[in-house]
Amino acid sequence: MSAAPDHTPTFAKHSITDRIGQAAPYLLVPVLILAGFIAIGAPTSWLTLTVSGLAMGMMIFIMASGLTLVFGLMDIINFGHGAFISLGAFVGVSVLFGLGGWTDAASLPLNIAAILLAILAAMLLTGALAWAFERVIVRPVYGSHLKQILITVGALIVIEEAIHVIWGGEETFLNRPNALRGAVTFAGAALEKYRILAVVVGLAIFFGLRLVLQRTKIGLIVRAGVENPDMVEALGYRLRLVFVGVFIAGSALAGLGGVMWALYEQVITAGMGENMMVLIFIVVIIGGLGSVEGAFVGALLVGLLQNYVAFLEPKLALVSNIGLMTVILLWRPQGMMTVAKGS
Amino acid sequence: MSEPILSLEAVETDIAQYHILKGVSLSVPRGQVTMLLGRNGVGKTTTMRTIMGLLRNKAGQIRFDGAEISGELASSRCRAGIGFVPEDMGIFSALTVEENMILAAVSGAPDRARLDWLFTVFPPLKTFWKAPAGTLSGGQKQMLSIARAMIEDRKLYLIDEPTKGLAPAIVSTMVGALRELKRQGASILMVEQNFAVARALGDHCVVMDDGRATWSGAMADLATDHALQERLMGLSMEAG
Ligand SMILES: Nc1ncnc2c1ncn2[C@@H]1O[C@H](COP(=O)(O)OP(=O)(O)O)[C@@H](O)[C@H]1O
Ligand SMILES: [Mg+2]
Repeated sequence: MSAAPDHTPTFAKHSITDRIGQAAPYLLVPVLILAGFIAIGAPTSWLTLTVSGLAMGMMIFIMASGLTLVFGLMDIINFGHGAFISLGAFVGVSVLFGLGGWTDAASLPLNIAAILLAILAAMLLTGALAWAFERVIVRPVYGSHLKQILITVGALIVIEEAIHVIWGGEETFLNRPNALRGAVTFAGAALEKYRILAVVVGLAIFFGLRLVLQRTKIGLIVRAGVENPDMVEALGYRLRLVFVGVFIAGSALAGLGGVMWALYEQVITAGMGENMMVLIFIVVIIGGLGSVEGAFVGALLVGLLQNYVAFLEPKLALVSNIGLMTVILLWRPQGMMTVAKGS
Repeated sequence: MSEPILSLEAVETDIAQYHILKGVSLSVPRGQVTMLLGRNGVGKTTTMRTIMGLLRNKAGQIRFDGAEISGELASSRCRAGIGFVPEDMGIFSALTVEENMILAAVSGAPDRARLDWLFTVFPPLKTFWKAPAGTLSGGQKQMLSIARAMIEDRKLYLIDEPTKGLAPAIVSTMVGALRELKRQGASILMVEQNFAVARALGDHCVVMDDGRATWSGAMADLATDHALQERLMGLSMEAG
């Protein structure tokens, strides 16, 4: 390197505290689990609650991951996201009812195949609806949060009513597929089989999303676009098109989350997605707008805390997540893992 | 004389309700460096962003390489051959240096030979290839921002204040790199407040005042005429 400049580059070395600072959000999960252990005392109850908290967290993460990207990338507040959750659940459950022979069979492969088909149908339908939703509902209201809130809340209500009209009734009950009913016993604790499956699916989605975001050019564009959309355009990319793709994928994930949640609760209503939106917004906010990793950690914290507190002090279960949000925002007002806007 | 690579004709741009560019006309000859000068707040950055397409001109024409581009998106303008180094550098701090460069190579993977050349011009980019760009020093970020614009051959480079806030030693690296780009025949439109730098690199210059281009001519004429500098930019800048 003959043309080396006459200065020695200084690189801001990561100190130990910096490194801990970056990993801190991830560390909160084991810290909370440990705190739960100390507070609960009984190891078997603690293990059951932990698995159920993780399962709940994973499902919330699946529903929140798309919303955080849409929020972070295009600054769109979309309450309609809840409708995609409900719609996914109804479509998925209809498929499961249709495949009653497979779900009732005492065969794990057949049961899983039925669930996969239900998920596929839910994702295809919510994805297709999201494509139209983006064009008709979202596109005209860029740049105005107030209009976004009003029109997406309106759309949420319309889609919920449409679900009532199409599927009728208030509540639809369902059973989990045969091989996923009941619990396995591990170290004396009863762990519901379905919750273990939910954890596996959640992890798969998380690592899949990470892979796409870290290792593909589309992922680079999305991550860069969250930080500085103008510069991504100036480098030659049509962020709009990428955004439409993210919106469709994010809504399809909401549909997937809806199917998973339906099998978890074993009852679905048109308003189920709307009811989830409070927790989902908490997760998106504490994770940091636009951060999939932040949403992941945030969702696990919310799921775990909800389960621990419901056991220890049921009356506080509802306020515990608001408390969590307050504490985290006092610590990091932009959320745990937000990307700085600009440079 | 061939047609200029870029010409603006009575370009007007608003930011929110403010009328910022009030009719900018200028031209940038091919294969040469044109300096855009003027006091703070006269509209230099707004002009650059309007040319790039990040702001829309509400009146006037922008001709680039023979075509009117006012209606084009910024992304199309980049693909048509305009490279952009914004005033705030526009670094993606959460991405590594490598990822910033991969993104900048819009038509495929970065060209190896071109990358090696950039490493010799800006050695820190090689040293910190895998580091998050947010951890670079100010000068290194500027190097990355310029290298990003240069990773593929562009017909025109828009460079907004590349030496702002940099230590003198790094300024000289920057000047060396831009001189190298110029030697290769690039067409450049550059905003520069440091008159020594402007003089060292510029062939032509355009001076702006209050949303208009008020003077244009050869750099040599402006550099030697202190009275003219005084009149155009309100202060006599020492040629270093
Ligand atoms: N976002 C904005 N809102 C309102 N005024 C702005 C905005 N950005 C720039 N301006 C105004 O536009 C004028 C030109 O700014 P700019 O192009 O950045 O000037 P320069 O680069 O020559 O210093 C300034 O008076 C500035 O105050
Ligand atoms: Mg400026």
